[in-house]
Amino acid sequence: MTRLRAWHLAAGTALLAVLAAWSLFVGVSDLSLAGLLDGRPDEVRVLVESRLPRLLAILLAGTAMSVAGLVMMHITGNRFVTPSTAGTTESATLGVLVATLLAGGEALIVKMSFAVACALVGTFFFLAVLRRLTFRDMILVPLAGIMFGSVVGAATTFVAYRADLLQSLGAWTSGDFSGVLRGRYELLWIAGAVTVLGYLYADRFTVAGLGRSFAVNLGVRYDRVVNTGLVLTAVITAVVVVTVGEVPFVGLIVPNLVTMVLGDHLRYALPATALAGALFVLLCDIVGRLVRFPYEIPVSTVLGVVGAAAFLALLLGGGRQVRAR
Amino acid sequence: MTATRVAAAPARRRLALLALLAVVAAAGFCLIGLAGNWEYALIIRSRKLATMVVVGVAVACSSVLFQTVTGNRILTPGIMGFDQLFVLIQTLIVFLFGALALSSADPRLLFAGQVAVMVVFAGLLYRWLFGRDGRDLFVLVLAGVVCGTLFGSLSSLAARLINPNDFVVLQDSLFASFNQVDPALLGLSAVLVAAMAVWTVRLAYRLDVVALSREHAINLGVHHASVVNEALVVVAVLVSVSTALVGPLTFLGVLVANLARQLTGTFRHLTLLPAAAFVSVIVLVGGQLVLERVFGMNTALSVIINFAGGAYFIALLIRESRR
Repeated sequence: MTRLRAWHLAAGTALLAVLAAWSLFVGVSDLSLAGLLDGRPDEVRVLVESRLPRLLAILLAGTAMSVAGLVMMHITGNRFVTPSTAGTTESATLGVLVATLLAGGEALIVKMSFAVACALVGTFFFLAVLRRLTFRDMILVPLAGIMFGSVVGAATTFVAYRADLLQSLGAWTSGDFSGVLRGRYELLWIAGAVTVLGYLYADRFTVAGLGRSFAVNLGVRYDRVVNTGLVLTAVITAVVVVTVGEVPFVGLIVPNLVTMVLGDHLRYALPATALAGALFVLLCDIVGRLVRFPYEIPVSTVLGVVGAAAFLALLLGGGRQVRAR
Repeated sequence: MTATRVAAAPARRRLALLALLAVVAAAGFCLIGLAGNWEYALIIRSRKLATMVVVGVAVACSSVLFQTVTGNRILTPGIMGFDQLFVLIQTLIVFLFGALALSSADPRLLFAGQVAVMVVFAGLLYRWLFGRDGRDLFVLVLAGVVCGTLFGSLSSLAARLINPNDFVVLQDSLFASFNQVDPALLGLSAVLVAAMAVWTVRLAYRLDVVALSREHAINLGVHHASVVNEALVVVAVLVSVSTALVGPLTFLGVLVANLARQLTGTFRHLTLLPAAAFVSVIVLVGGQLVLERVFGMNTALSVIINFAGGAYFIALLIRESRR
């Protein structure tokens, strides 16, 4: 195991800062350093209204989703159980749809509450079914989770089809930062705050990850910690789904790679995961912006390709070591 | 000899029952609620019925074959993402050569080319995943599922890179549903599926042996590798046909193949394959009949199949894990 040193974090942060600064100047509208220094009003407006909010949204979503994945994989004791492999994301999407159908309004906070509630119900249901099984295979659980997600997804599609909302559903589900403007991403700060909360709980999550009896033996209230963790992940997932859409694989790939290097102690792994998550999503978004310039490819498409390939590599290449854990 | 006959008799009776049910469903689909301009309606309905039968047979045969060759009951071409692979190939053709290639080339030649690419890639994928011994079953299934996701994401990435006019052409050829199928394509598909069915029947006895396991098959003098290769070619062609006709139907295969195994309780492919085909037709035609006539919905069948099939798949996984 490599120990996390201060300079690792510093180097990562520096890299992130460089990429973040660069990302501000990637886009169709002209934006240049000279123009900003001159204080040209149109360029300043592009920066403040669009580029900066977009950057913040990317950083918040990337950080929050990867930390959510890290927490979830600890409390379930399974490396491959994360929001996108336990039906959490799909349930949150169903929640958004239900909110739109019942409440109708555009109030984001209503959608968010429904999404959080549905994400919680879905995840709890899935984990409750799993707890009944005596045999919990390392791979079977995420596999069943993916299938559970696609069943929930089919139900969502069906409801949307009946309500003639199929097209809007497609727009919500594909994660995309191109629509982020000032005033339309601020909900993500909630995800950021919840992520910080996760850091405060890091030690308890680490202990819970060692298993129920061990955790209880060390004086940790196992059930409470697990439930707290699930609520954290559900809130983060739901907020991200409501504001930018589904951001697949981030919560799965980033924590796995980070803990492969740094080990499972959350207090070290969590900041590194947060940093790596932000970097990863930012990089994918920049790629999506550049591949077909001046058009954009949604970040979820880029993530889908990169994430699925990385997951396959983890599964088949590192699968044996991971399973032997 | 008598023992086998005793064992085979109920399986055959159930097969006959399934055939009867399939015919009833087909007749019901064509005749129920037929009024007004009935000749026209009958033509439309029988074309739809023919599509469902062709697709149903293709999905059923390819799933049973794939299960036998891989020696596990929860992995089918649909779950492995073979149909997503076909979509990807089609998207890449448009991406590389433009829509003109897709619309101006001889459709039969084009289809043959796609199938050839499909055969090669399906073979490679199979070798890559199943080549090494001792891979855990669930790792394989999960890897298959992720492969499907990867192919899906790659096609949507390629679709984003195609210019909009080309994309419209592609979409027309990709997202046909049971309601709007090109009659010429349907005829070609029917011929292909029939040919593959004949080939499968010729393979049937050797498949029975291969189902025992690789070692047993070799021990009994069956050329395991060549049977697997032939079966993979058949699977690739069948998946291409059904995907080209109606698009991906991820969970139909796993549903019908396992239902057929459960209902007939046999391992003989000569019974199993037709049984799966009948179950498939019953599910598709019966499902469409109920949806259209009872609930008044037209295109939601694939969603419902994914819902029911997914739930069934989870149940299968859980049962498999308890062994």
